[in-house]
Amino acid sequence: MTIGLEHYLTVAAALFVIGIFGIFLNRKNVIVILMSVELILLSVNINLVAFSAYLGDLTGQVFTMFVLTVAAAEAAIGLAILVCFFRNRGTIAVEDVSNMKG
Amino acid sequence: MIGADLAVLIPEIVLSIYAMAGLMLAVYTTKDGMAPALTYATAAVFGIMALFIAATANGPAQSFGGMIVVDDFARFAKIVILLSAAAVLIVGQDSMQKSGLGRFEYPMIVTLAVVGMMIMVSAGDLIILYMGLELQSLALYVIAALRRDSVRSTEAGLKYFVLGALSSGLLLYGASLVYGFAGTTLFAGIIEASEGGMSLGMIFGLVFMAAGLAFKVSAAPFHMWTPDVYEGAPTPVTALFATAPKMAAMGLFARVVYDAFGMAITDWQQIVAALAVFSMFVGAIAAIGQTDIKRLMAYSSIGHMGFALMGLAAGTGQGVEAMLIYMSIYVTMNIGVFAFIMSMEKDGYPVTDISALNGYASAQSGQALALLVLMFSLAGVPPMLGFFAKYAVLVAAVDAGFGFGWPWRA
Repeated sequence: MTIGLEHYLTVAAALFVIGIFGIFLNRKNVIVILMSVELILLSVNINLVAFSAYLGDLTGQVFTMFVLTVAAAEAAIGLAILVCFFRNRGTIAVEDVSNMKG
Repeated sequence: MIGADLAVLIPEIVLSIYAMAGLMLAVYTTKDGMAPALTYATAAVFGIMALFIAATANGPAQSFGGMIVVDDFARFAKIVILLSAAAVLIVGQDSMQKSGLGRFEYPMIVTLAVVGMMIMVSAGDLIILYMGLELQSLALYVIAALRRDSVRSTEAGLKYFVLGALSSGLLLYGASLVYGFAGTTLFAGIIEASEGGMSLGMIFGLVFMAAGLAFKVSAAPFHMWTPDVYEGAPTPVTALFATAPKMAAMGLFARVVYDAFGMAITDWQQIVAALAVFSMFVGAIAAIGQTDIKRLMAYSSIGHMGFALMGLAAGTGQGVEAMLIYMSIYVTMNIGVFAFIMSMEKDGYPVTDISALNGYASAQSGQALALLVLMFSLAGVPPMLGFFAKYAVLVAAVDAGFGFGWPWRA
């Protein structure tokens, strides 16, 4: 059996869904949410590279480079905000991020 | 040539250089002592750039092979963004200083966010769209958590970050599918590829992108971050959230659905119409029980986005015009209301409880009357400006066939 485009797309879709569920079902830790966000962005990268190879078009790989860069910046800002939150609240459990409701 | 390409981007380039130069200047001089001067300078630069864009407007221009499109739509949106950001900076300056938030980073981060917004509304390519959106979002996550020593502000920043990152992920996944099935990231190429019907993959991509964009414009059912972020963020920052980024996100939404998917109007029309109806409903119903005026304004903005999306859903040039009119009037009204909220105080402390307005008419009758006019305008009561905005989008939607009995006819 040869590995074709659809296999890569399936893996990417699976990772994407795991990432989404990681954000919504996780009740423990905000760090896990950051990891899930990263998982979503990486699934997109797999998609882009697979399409790029399939189409013989470099744009997808260039796009991947930009996504990687943005993902790094996003993780940095996310962790910075999380550190500030931890200093004020003393916890990073998801259920404690609930001062405001309604 | 590269010179001609860059000439189209002069306002963005000037603002980026200004932001970096301003940061350096403040760091090497008196740091936060520079904050008031930098805030006013930033507002002045925004105003000059808005004038520059208006003065140099002559017909649609493109650069980098169509990746950046600067047409009259983009120019109008950019001017609204620049002027509203400048107004918010000036109006919020006093309140920022008073509450000990007079930091020099604030106007600089706002400048970077504005550059992102300007890139968003002139995006002609999926990569540019994503980069502009992220530049704007990353800057806004930071200023939502600007009050580092407050649980509420950092919590607002955290919630905004998590849901914003999720929505960027959804949008990006859609963009990757669109790229794969259209074979190009250029909007001009996507519209060519979708001529004569879209493939299933592209429809999937369109739906994911629409969901991501709906998050950014805070349309229901993707609105849950809005009330918390509005309440937790410092009031001047909330004023910014309610104005310029909304204009930019609506502009981007219009760009994507018209420039990239203009051949498939019937495919996205139902999505946008459903978002519009649901947003108007949620905005109106959920606002009733609020006790905090910032949360109230959050639900008001959700409802207003519903109206603006109704203009977009029309799928006609008239609809886009109505949407632009709606957004500029909405932005103006919101600057007024937030200027008022920033001045609300009890015993010298700023408050945001609606109950603090008890007996306001007898204490400050002039201000109370001004707020009354603004609230009537937001609600769309006829002699006020807000009515004409709602009238424009309703006429556009009815002309496009969204009149009585539309769901059964379509």
